[in-house]
Amino acid sequence: MNVLSKRKFVVLAIFAFVGVIFIISLFRLQVLDSTYKQYATNNVLRLVTQYPARGLVFDRNGKLLVYNKTAYDLLITPREVSKFDTTLFCNLLNISKEDLETGISKATKYSRYKPSILIKQISPERFAVLKEQLYKFQGFHTQSRTLREYSSTAAAHALGYVGEVSGSDIQKDGYYKSGDYIGISGIEKTYEKQLRGVKGVKKNLVDVYNRVQGSYRNGEEDIPARIGKNITSTIDLDLQLYAEQLFQNKRGSVVAIEPLTGEVLAIVSAPTYDPGLLVGRVRGKNYSELLADTLKPLFNRSLLAKYPPGSTFKPLNVLIGLQEQAIQLYTKFTCSGQGSRPIRCTHDHITPTNVVQAIRESCNAFLWNTFRSILNNSKTSAEGFNVWYNYVKSFGIGQNVSSDFSNGLKGDLPTEEYYNNIYGKGHWNALTVRSLSIGQGELGVTPLQMANYGSILANRGFYFEPHIIKKIEGDFISQSFKIKNEVQINQEYFKPVIEGMSQTVHQTNLVYTSKIPDIEMCGKTGTVENNQGSDHSVFVAFAPRENPEIAIFVYVENGVWGSRYAAPMASLMVEKYLTDSISSNRKYIEKRMIDANVLNPIQPK
Amino acid sequence: MAKRNNTWANIDWVIILLFLLLVFMGWLNIYAAVYNDEFQSILDTSQRYGKQLIWIGAAFILAFIILLIDTSFYVFFSYILYGVLVLLLITVLFVGKEINGARSWFTIGGFGFQPSEFMKFATALVLARYMSVFGFKIHKLKSLATIAAIIFTPVLFILLQNDTGSALVYFSFVLVLYREGLSGIVLFFGTLIAVLFIMALITPGITLYLVLLGVALLIFLILNTKLIQFARIFAAYLISIILFFLLNLVTETEYGLANVLIAGSLLGSVVILLVSLQKRLKNYAVISLVFLGSVLFTLTVDYGFENLLESHHQARINELLGIESDPLGAGYNVNQSKIAIGSGGSWGKGYLKGTQTKFNFVPEQSTDFIFCTVGEEWGFAGTSVVIVLFLILLMRLIWLAERQRSGFSRIYGYSVAVILFFHFMVNIGMTIGLMPVIGIPLPFFSYGGSSLWSFTILLFIFIRLDASRFDQF
Repeated sequence: MNVLSKRKFVVLAIFAFVGVIFIISLFRLQVLDSTYKQYATNNVLRLVTQYPARGLVFDRNGKLLVYNKTAYDLLITPREVSKFDTTLFCNLLNISKEDLETGISKATKYSRYKPSILIKQISPERFAVLKEQLYKFQGFHTQSRTLREYSSTAAAHALGYVGEVSGSDIQKDGYYKSGDYIGISGIEKTYEKQLRGVKGVKKNLVDVYNRVQGSYRNGEEDIPARIGKNITSTIDLDLQLYAEQLFQNKRGSVVAIEPLTGEVLAIVSAPTYDPGLLVGRVRGKNYSELLADTLKPLFNRSLLAKYPPGSTFKPLNVLIGLQEQAIQLYTKFTCSGQGSRPIRCTHDHITPTNVVQAIRESCNAFLWNTFRSILNNSKTSAEGFNVWYNYVKSFGIGQNVSSDFSNGLKGDLPTEEYYNNIYGKGHWNALTVRSLSIGQGELGVTPLQMANYGSILANRGFYFEPHIIKKIEGDFISQSFKIKNEVQINQEYFKPVIEGMSQTVHQTNLVYTSKIPDIEMCGKTGTVENNQGSDHSVFVAFAPRENPEIAIFVYVENGVWGSRYAAPMASLMVEKYLTDSISSNRKYIEKRMIDANVLNPIQPK
Repeated sequence: MAKRNNTWANIDWVIILLFLLLVFMGWLNIYAAVYNDEFQSILDTSQRYGKQLIWIGAAFILAFIILLIDTSFYVFFSYILYGVLVLLLITVLFVGKEINGARSWFTIGGFGFQPSEFMKFATALVLARYMSVFGFKIHKLKSLATIAAIIFTPVLFILLQNDTGSALVYFSFVLVLYREGLSGIVLFFGTLIAVLFIMALITPGITLYLVLLGVALLIFLILNTKLIQFARIFAAYLISIILFFLLNLVTETEYGLANVLIAGSLLGSVVILLVSLQKRLKNYAVISLVFLGSVLFTLTVDYGFENLLESHHQARINELLGIESDPLGAGYNVNQSKIAIGSGGSWGKGYLKGTQTKFNFVPEQSTDFIFCTVGEEWGFAGTSVVIVLFLILLMRLIWLAERQRSGFSRIYGYSVAVILFFHFMVNIGMTIGLMPVIGIPLPFFSYGGSSLWSFTILLFIFIRLDASRFDQF
């Protein structure tokens, strides 16, 4: 047995060998290799995004314009779902059985273990009923999201709307994940970064079935969501609502600006739409309906429409003429009315006219002579044109006049090259481009630019960038809003022009419809020729004459004459803004304006 | 010098201390594995730690009773116990409850009872009884046949229960037989078979044969003094292979290069075997025979693996050998188990602070994978302590077995040691990815009444035998 008892060492050696192998393996696994710790963390940690509430938007007087309402998403985790009463479920959610089935199969395809959204944006009312019954449906749970809610139907275009991010948004900015919301137009888009806040992260511990077991390290590492910054807009809600009321059943636009600051008081593109239509589950359907509407309610005319300014452009040409010494204060031009050449004058008035009278009477002959003088003041017509061009440009025409609107257009201001290309260099002169003298032809301006032009007239020679944001909570607004932009026209030349604009309101037919009691409004009408229907009705104005508080531009498509709709509507808005009410003797005008339907492109003369 | 005839004075308290330590640590980890905030009372018998506490208590009573029973009881009743348990193994096949695919459980009033667990100590007793008979010679055919019958009868029925893990345990008896005189060659071939088995599954077809052929040629070369003789051997293989290659061409059949090589080398080996037998070159005969056997064995393994093993065993063995990596399929258990253990680091996450075991990422965490809880919550410090404790226990058992005067006690002692060793090796090896996932419990640690009681009985019978080592019987 002695020999055999030595075999115990073989057995002991085998034991020891296995033990040593285990110790070495465990040392490698537990001490040397740290990757398993990472795997372990990945196993148990689920990061849950905390969505911040979007910032609120107020009007200039602190009235709430945009706020949030809570909606609920219903999520499904397919593997946890057990048999349930589908009829009850569908009734509770007001969906069809087919919707439910396709939703479930879509979710299952995505993941059996991870929750995915089955039904989006359930209203709080429906949610209240659902919540009571939810215990009957295993594998379903809800999460709250905030949706935009609007205090009124006003300023849809200016405020813009919010929607789900697109693939390209996600690519551009890593902040966004599929299913997040982003501002798509208007203030929501321009101030997206301020309004959205910062998403937070909650670290949850989950078990193998992805069931939440509690927070990780008692929430020490959680990052709370930071709610979006509240924004105060320059919009005056009352004025905005009033403007939209005036513009019902009309196409066109109005922009009102506070001249001394550049703050936009009202900005309307008509027809407009209820911003509430583009919120929640109904957004997709409503959006396509609005898109298909022939009146193009989604088209933001105040920023995107390129209108010829017509006669409202005349004060600018007169100012350039005076500044360039092409005309003098005492200069008079005769007008042959319909017989005037090369541009006939449609207005029946005294002749000859001086600067003030020409503006009051909107004399085409005077303006043609002025314009020709400006262009002929230099060696060549082209040089003269460039002088004219630079003045016009300094008024913001053909320029991006504001950085505060995400999608404003520059509009059209033809250049020397433009005409050279058409007529050949040296083969064109004042006569060729004569339409510019009366604000027609190749000019295309946006209502925002024209309102800014109204501001410059009101300020007698300078403007601040038109903007729609007054204040951002805990942040600064753009410094560019504070820069005073001066046009190269001496202040003294504004005097006769403004006198002419005052007389336009008080000494022509406008006195019956557009004169505001006790407030001296200065304005200029325009009737823009239109080949496709009735002419457009245009009016630019500011008030009061001294220390103006509001500059306004109104454009009513197919409004026939500037004096028919644009001027009275502007006067009503100015009166409303400055006095908070409409004087009783003008109520009938207000009613007439509100009731007028100008949607038909052909209007009676 | 210990007093004769005084059982209590002669008990080996070191073993008992180790036993108590392991059981206590096991319970702590079961508590941690199923711990949650809702059920915190340790006596809550609706929870596993509560139940385990009852079973531990019962195990202590069982241990005490075993120590009271006279040693001759185990000698005389060994065959009867064995017979009864074999009958139970057969019965469970018909009335047993299927758990995890294995029909190995009796359920009586909510409690489960697994006869295969108790079969181990009965087999050890019978083996000890049979081999300790005076005049026993292990290499007699009759002895080997009887031993084979004793060991493989339970193996057969346990395999029929579809409980491969428990059946494999019985192969550990080979170490006992080795200690009792079984030729070392058996151990050698046992190891060779294991290595070939794994190699056959890991390496694709041709590689293993090339390696085998290379090794055989190398041994021939080492054994040879004359180069000419080696050249002849080399030629024998080369000609055989070319022969089959030509045959392949002539018959225009596509057997493939691997098959040509195999057939060629087999023919070459047969030729060398015959020539060396004729010339009485014993070494050459053995080498060619071993080579022949190895090739035939690997062929059999390939065939057997594809056709005889069940798919979940195939998958688990595949996963272990790194043939198929599928972390969410068959490899999921091992992967999660390694994550749990690996995430423990040097010092662990702290008691009750494991996330992987607590949140059910590790399957079977209180039974087969209890070692994960140790690894995650106690770190490398904890796992090495457990391993060292087991090693001390195993070595102490061998040392105690060797000091027995009677063959019966010694053989039984060795049986206890190797059975515990096999469980230790396979269970821990499985949790750290060194062994296939075959569900056998970690002795004293894993949750479960049957396994705890059977290990307690197994161990305490030996403690009782050891305490009476001075008695004559």
